[in-house]
Amino acid sequence: MTVTSTAQAAPPSGAEPDGPRRRRPRISKRSVPYLLLAPALFFELLVHIVPMLGGLWMSFLRLNQFFLREWMSAPFTGLDNYRFALDFDGAAGVELLQSFGVTAAFSIITVGVSWVLGLAAALFLQRSFPGRTLLRGLFLVPYALPIYTSVMIWKFMLDRSDGMVNATLSDLGLGGERFWLLGNNAFLSLTITAVWRLWPFAFLALMAGLQSIPTDVYDAAAVDGAGLWQQIRTITVPMLRPVSQVLILVLFLWTFNDFNVPYLLFDQAVPSSANLISIHIYQNSFLTWNFGLGSAMSTLLLLFLLVITAGYLMLTSRRSRNA
Amino acid sequence: MREPRWFQWVRGVGLCLLTLFTVIPLYVMVTTSVKPLSDVQDTFQWWPSVLTLQPYVDMWSTVRLADYFVNSVVVSLGAAALSVLIALFAAYAISRYRFRGRDLFRFTVLSTQMFPGILFLLPLYLIYATVGQATGIVLQGSHVGLIITYLTFSLPFSIWMLVSYFDSIPVDLDEAAFIDGAGPVQTLWRVVIPAAKPGIAAVSIYAFMTAWGETLFASIMTDADSTTLAIGLREYSTQSTVYWNEVMSASLVVSIPVVLGFLALQRYLVQGLTAGAVK
Repeated sequence: MTVTSTAQAAPPSGAEPDGPRRRRPRISKRSVPYLLLAPALFFELLVHIVPMLGGLWMSFLRLNQFFLREWMSAPFTGLDNYRFALDFDGAAGVELLQSFGVTAAFSIITVGVSWVLGLAAALFLQRSFPGRTLLRGLFLVPYALPIYTSVMIWKFMLDRSDGMVNATLSDLGLGGERFWLLGNNAFLSLTITAVWRLWPFAFLALMAGLQSIPTDVYDAAAVDGAGLWQQIRTITVPMLRPVSQVLILVLFLWTFNDFNVPYLLFDQAVPSSANLISIHIYQNSFLTWNFGLGSAMSTLLLLFLLVITAGYLMLTSRRSRNA
Repeated sequence: MREPRWFQWVRGVGLCLLTLFTVIPLYVMVTTSVKPLSDVQDTFQWWPSVLTLQPYVDMWSTVRLADYFVNSVVVSLGAAALSVLIALFAAYAISRYRFRGRDLFRFTVLSTQMFPGILFLLPLYLIYATVGQATGIVLQGSHVGLIITYLTFSLPFSIWMLVSYFDSIPVDLDEAAFIDGAGPVQTLWRVVIPAAKPGIAAVSIYAFMTAWGETLFASIMTDADSTTLAIGLREYSTQSTVYWNEVMSASLVVSIPVVLGFLALQRYLVQGLTAGAVK
């Protein structure tokens, strides 16, 4: 019975059997989980909760380079930072809106393409054939590489007028001489680099999802005369829905918050066509030293992501309940 | 599944394209790392004019690569070890106990994982500066400061993954240990951790990998003595020249340990990911 009162994983929460105790433990049983949790709680407060509340507070201050050393005495300005950031007639508001649009387009394209490539690769490698293990390992390499390594490779390939991409394009008679890291081409460069790095993760997750589908479902469908394409459409994709839903949400949040790829690809001078929101906030905070405005933008970004996540979760859970 | 002819064609073509997409950049990295500098400054060539290992020699003196390497090892190992250690206890509590505040804690951990890093960077930067002024403890630019900073993303991930591993270990094992008179910490140590070893290894390498590649926090939170590889590799670009061959040789060297570790443990990583996803 010491067992039942301590390890309560079996009974559902709320039902706490409180049997008589034979030995009086030195530490009360009820405090055990809290003691186990204490270190995590301490560091969660330190790196998440306190900074988040601090950031929220800073977004109401006029916090620029003059108040940096004494940031707690910076003047309180109420909603001024938010008003400034969201004033779409002013320069800051226009830039924020533009950066938001770029980020949304970048995330949607990157996640969509990564999901399609990942699903294709997972389906292609479902059946065993010689070389399958090798290909699976190979496809995962871009994801396993440190971010700066993968970005540096692409930077080298896209760099200069006589870099790899331009040289190959002109060899193939497709022109070339484009500056891929400038202007509107920068968005394409950014997206390709991000997809190259990210699609293996989709592949990994979807491959695991495929393994959880029992094979007899396919056999039954085949007996009923369903072709392969029909099987993929009516069995595989719907059965992958739970994995896909989590995967798409996670990939979306990652790409929406991405800082590394644009920062490493373009150095300080990120072209406006590739100016993701994280970079935009970074520049406002650490290059122009306007921490108050940066904090307000961070808070707005957080609110947006919360709304999107909640909406997505509601939508997907309703759909899977109806299915 | 019966495979019609068209699917075999689609598969063949599809796999070829995906392989090319994956391999070409890797090929460029490897071949560039054995080219002389003159090769990487002119028009791109698929094959080096001379094969040379000189970039692998020069890369250590062009920038302080060894120092950056040590900094990255210290910070990444520290961040991985600290977050997994803390997460072990927390995940055990969440997986095995029902207590007030459990759902709130789970929710907090899960949601902080999706928050943008930039959200935490600004306040942490100012908090570190304030702590430094008030107490003289230097967190800004120190290894310890960076390790704590990296908990912002490695801790929630570690807790989340470890909970799903622990949930897959039968509670009967714990109960047997309890009957033998073991306390919670002993049970965790002797029963749960050994059973979850592959998962713990996967979480550790993942936490290590993310810290190894992190750029945003490192760009602000490091100084000359604590620069990590992610920041240090940029120094191969000078105003006049970019030492692309050395960039690639250095990139290759710093990638090998994490790629091997990842490939060895990816199976267990998949288990943890899907356990969390399917539930």
